[in-house]
Amino acid sequence: MYRYDAIDRAFVQDRTAEFAGQVVRRLAGEITEDQFKPLRLMNGLYLQLHAYMLRVSVPYGTLSSVQLKKLAHIARTYDKGYGHFTTRQNIQFHWIKLADTPAILGELAMVEMHALQTSGNCIRNITSDPRAGATAEEIDDPRVWSELIRQWSAIHPEFSFLPRKFKIAVTAAPQDRTAAKLHDIGLLLRRARDGSLGFEVIAGGGMGRTPYVGPTIREFLPAHHLLSYLEAILRVYNRHGRRDNIYKARIKILVAQLGAEEFARQVEAEWEAMDRPSVDAPDTELARIRGFFNPPGFAVLPPKSEVFEGAKADPAFARFVRNNVHAHKQPGYAIVDISLKAPGETPGDATADQMDAIADLAERFSLDEIRVTHEQNLVLPHVRLDDVPAVFATLKAIGLSTPNINLVSDIIACPGLDYCALANARAIPVAQDIATRFADPERAELIGELKIKISGCINACGHHHVGHIGILGVDKKGEEFYQFTLGGSAAEDAEVGKILGPGLPANRVGDAVETLVDVYLRERKDGERFLDTYRRTGLTPFKEAVYAEAH
Amino acid sequence: MPKLIRLHGQAADWANDSFVLVGEEDAVPASGDVILSLARFQAEGAALLDDGRSVGVVLESDQAVEDLAYDLPRLSLVALRFPKFRDGRAYTSARLLRERFGFGGEIRAVGDVNREQAGFFVRCGFDAFEPADGSTPEQWLAAAHRFRHVYQRGADGREPAFVERNG
Repeated sequence: MYRYDAIDRAFVQDRTAEFAGQVVRRLAGEITEDQFKPLRLMNGLYLQLHAYMLRVSVPYGTLSSVQLKKLAHIARTYDKGYGHFTTRQNIQFHWIKLADTPAILGELAMVEMHALQTSGNCIRNITSDPRAGATAEEIDDPRVWSELIRQWSAIHPEFSFLPRKFKIAVTAAPQDRTAAKLHDIGLLLRRARDGSLGFEVIAGGGMGRTPYVGPTIREFLPAHHLLSYLEAILRVYNRHGRRDNIYKARIKILVAQLGAEEFARQVEAEWEAMDRPSVDAPDTELARIRGFFNPPGFAVLPPKSEVFEGAKADPAFARFVRNNVHAHKQPGYAIVDISLKAPGETPGDATADQMDAIADLAERFSLDEIRVTHEQNLVLPHVRLDDVPAVFATLKAIGLSTPNINLVSDIIACPGLDYCALANARAIPVAQDIATRFADPERAELIGELKIKISGCINACGHHHVGHIGILGVDKKGEEFYQFTLGGSAAEDAEVGKILGPGLPANRVGDAVETLVDVYLRERKDGERFLDTYRRTGLTPFKEAVYAEAH
Repeated sequence: MPKLIRLHGQAADWANDSFVLVGEEDAVPASGDVILSLARFQAEGAALLDDGRSVGVVLESDQAVEDLAYDLPRLSLVALRFPKFRDGRAYTSARLLRERFGFGGEIRAVGDVNREQAGFFVRCGFDAFEPADGSTPEQWLAAAHRFRHVYQRGADGREPAFVERNG
């Protein structure tokens, strides 16, 4: 993992001191809420329906045990004993007192964390692959580049007052676990024929009210030019992105309006005119950062584990392995996903006690590392096969052994009207209802991969556009209605879902999901996922079944 | 008349502002230093410069610095307007003036200008400010130099972390 040096530490301390001063001035009434708002937003502090919400940055979804324990401590001391992991691989605390925030930021700084740029119209936390450094699929470690971008984007002098927020994803595996094509910039690591490293650069993807799968604006950018090229993209956007309408201010609108080719031409022109060597980090800095992501002392182990294979005699363990345990690049190790989607619970929530227990597991069994996924789950990236049964037993004891990764009950949901001031409808209870209906693990496994994503408003924090089944809450004359989309994907085959038909009232949502699943099971051919069947049959059979019931 | 803070290296103080901002409908005063809009400068600037007057131009946030490129050597100052705190276009304008066009005159921040932006201003090459929040030069300086380290090159010549680390 990356570790702060004296420079990084001083930087976060300076930031914390600055914000502490701003809070004091606000509490003393020296600045108004209006003046304070942009300042607190730059530090991740939102005013929500019931209280302040603090969003803490988990850089590219990577946590150490000590950091996760600190988050548990914050949940216990300053919140109601839990935290909410988000689709941006961050964590939110929903019940925060303004006066406590400087102390919380001080505690975070002690473990090399911050809430910097988790909000506001700036470059946000970098999204990356939760299996980075553990999967054999990747051609390079995306964390190296994510950390480079994290530093470059920290209080960037030119790009901290952009037209709108800005999100960058970095991935190096053919299977995209970052939703790269739905980011403002998606960076896909590639190797050229001569073996040199570079990026395919995607720009202008996004969700919200106008979803776009981002186009490729450059097939291959030599890796060492990353920062100057990003600077060129951001500069074109900062100058020409719309500022007259908040809903048309994201870069996706600019790219769509200009067309990908013209946008790319403008970026290239800016890049040509730039003094690139002054912007790009030198190779020594890349090497320094890379050094932090060297393999973390893997043991040499046989590829097969008797303990692991033997434990599969327990059907519950075998099911957990089938769904939550994935191949590791190092023989004798596995990647273990921890689902935060137990049926009936709030997707993405973890209690302080659970966080502590997971931190202990990571310390003992996962070389001290935890990852957060954009699908609101956690990962122990480096577990010895021999230890997986012990990890499973502990997870079971703390209620976190749900074997449903990528299954129908592994639902993404935003906080919705239960917390969020922007929401039109609730999202959490809808997710809870669906997950409870499909709580039978055998049935869920039979259905197979099915990604349901729920947003409580058009801002799409629950990624409904890219759900295999997407559900969007809308307000119709004071009543909650839910609009379904089918066929979306956030993966390498990214696609925006199509609207199924008129919105449904809250009490029909669960039945409609069951109907959609029934149609899929009826129609599917060998080995097809829900998404594959939908792509083959189109909307019609699903639509007929859901709306036939309405009569 | 708005008070002006001017930066001198690591110091900042109140400055006497000899320039008069000429309103869009107003006539150019008979003598003295003036700041004109881009359109007024294009119409009247050459004559004023020929008379030996000191002239500055104020750019709105949607106006391109490229339009001034050939006139820059003749200008005493460029004022960049922030219609709103959150409109960040002028940061790019300032950097381009310094880094691409080599402008050595004053770059002045006008409009919704507050000390919370001071660090960004200084890093992008501004060296004069008309604070709208009643900030003093001392407060301005403290805000501008809040951070002991920076992570990118700007127009202020500060060494980014990746250079410090190699030093």
